[in-house]
Amino acid sequence: MSEADLQRTLAAIWRIEAPRLIAHLTRVTRDVGRAEDLAADAFVSALAQWPDEGIPRNPGAWLMAIAKRRAIDQLRRDTKLAEKTELLAHGLPAGGAEPDFSNAIEEIDDDVLRLMFIACHPVLSPEARVALTLKLLGGLTTAEIARAYLTSEATIAQRIVRAKRTLSDANVPFEVPSGPERLRRVASLLEAVYLIFNEGYAASAGDDVLRPELARDALRLGRMLAALLPDESDVHGLVALMEIQASRTSARVGPGGEPILLLDQDRAKWDQLQIRRGLDALDRAERLGDLGSYGLQAAIAACHARAHTAAQTDWRRIADLYGDLARIVRSPVVELNRGVAVGMADGPAAALDIIDPLAREPSLAAYHLLPSVRGDLLMKLHRFAEARAEFERAYELARNTRDKEFLLKRVNECRR
Amino acid sequence: MKFMIITKADKDIEAGVLPTWEAIEKMLGFNAQLHKEGVLLACEGLRPSSKGTRLRFDEGRTTITDGPFAETKELIAGFWIIEAKSREEVVERFASCPFDKPTTIEIREFFQPEDFAGIVTPDQQARIDTVTLDDLKV
Repeated sequence: MSEADLQRTLAAIWRIEAPRLIAHLTRVTRDVGRAEDLAADAFVSALAQWPDEGIPRNPGAWLMAIAKRRAIDQLRRDTKLAEKTELLAHGLPAGGAEPDFSNAIEEIDDDVLRLMFIACHPVLSPEARVALTLKLLGGLTTAEIARAYLTSEATIAQRIVRAKRTLSDANVPFEVPSGPERLRRVASLLEAVYLIFNEGYAASAGDDVLRPELARDALRLGRMLAALLPDESDVHGLVALMEIQASRTSARVGPGGEPILLLDQDRAKWDQLQIRRGLDALDRAERLGDLGSYGLQAAIAACHARAHTAAQTDWRRIADLYGDLARIVRSPVVELNRGVAVGMADGPAAALDIIDPLAREPSLAAYHLLPSVRGDLLMKLHRFAEARAEFERAYELARNTRDKEFLLKRVNECRR
Repeated sequence: MKFMIITKADKDIEAGVLPTWEAIEKMLGFNAQLHKEGVLLACEGLRPSSKGTRLRFDEGRTTITDGPFAETKELIAGFWIIEAKSREEVVERFASCPFDKPTTIEIREFFQPEDFAGIVTPDQQARIDTVTLDDLKV
């Protein structure tokens, strides 16, 4: 095996084994930071030994054995230190009680799930959750995370160190939360996963390859979660949303890197395997309970996925789903979306009834899509002068060149 | 990146001999692990080629041949589709695939859109003439 092949193989092994390794070691040490260090140390030993001795048949077990040995050594040392400094009085196990090292598959799964809950704990900022999740569960290196987020390695490293300190200061238990707490904690998990997905999904053609890769990382994390929390409707809802959105990846960018909007996309380029997976996940989410915000968005995405042509889109159902979504997420942007869907289903006049009141929304005052949508509807009603005024306003508000070009074109169309 | 891992057939598989329950159980366990790690997109086993049909396209002529087909070792007995970051990752994941008899599997990469960058005639500049839902980030 060449040096380069070996490096790639070792990186692959790390990516596969790190989450389980860190999760199990966190249970043993009750300290994510220490667990990660132990896992990394074990990997350093592997880097030293494997090139000469060859890669063991079960590299995960090899790494785990090394890491555990070190963990025990450390624990013994800590216990001795505690004895010396009489910290034992504060409840440390006497006589160097050793942790439970049994690792049945189910336990490892539980450990991975607990680790996810820790990495996405609400005491952490969303950015910290994202970085920690990618590091501990996505198997990404700090350098890879930094590249994907277009920032420096030092920034990410610091974010991770701080996050680990926050967790340790807050004494966050290594557990799968239950009761009323659980809902909030699951939401926090899903938020982090979806943030990662959107970062990757928003990446454009010229970006570093690691950026779009984030969407796939998020999908993998989401599928992992769905397997570990099979009874949570929202988890399946999020997976459904991500699968269906990701199914359009190769259709949503033109050859020059320009975005192609949903209705203009070549639907033959949509990934049918991923759509199928998304629809299945949506089905599971629906069977488990009322759809939450991710599930409803997935259901909307599914309406598009099911339509073989843009003209076959079930806009009535989409409008209803946006209505349901608006009841959960009180957002004028959702309302604007509902307006667009109603416009497609019932015509521009009905849409204006929904969209006109949004003009008083302060949060939309600088949002170019509001006048842009309004202009579009007015134009369909042949109210050209008003439409033109709306497009001009949208033009003023739009920030990127592509949007501006498009809106200028619309302004000119109103002159005819 | 997506990969297809193809299991090659052998005489038994082609003869319709089913695997033992133990072998199936082991394989289900292996698949469950791939599923739990979020990388498994699909996996299926295929009936023998005696249930298959070949269509051969040759200069405008189409010939249809029913199975079975002769070159047993080149035939496909099943496949997985998985999402992975590198071929090395797939090799590592499948190194522990529990086959109970001599078997060959083949790892193949899916084409990526950029592979065709050189041969696809660029579409016309995308027409962006209506505001659609994809545009409005919820």
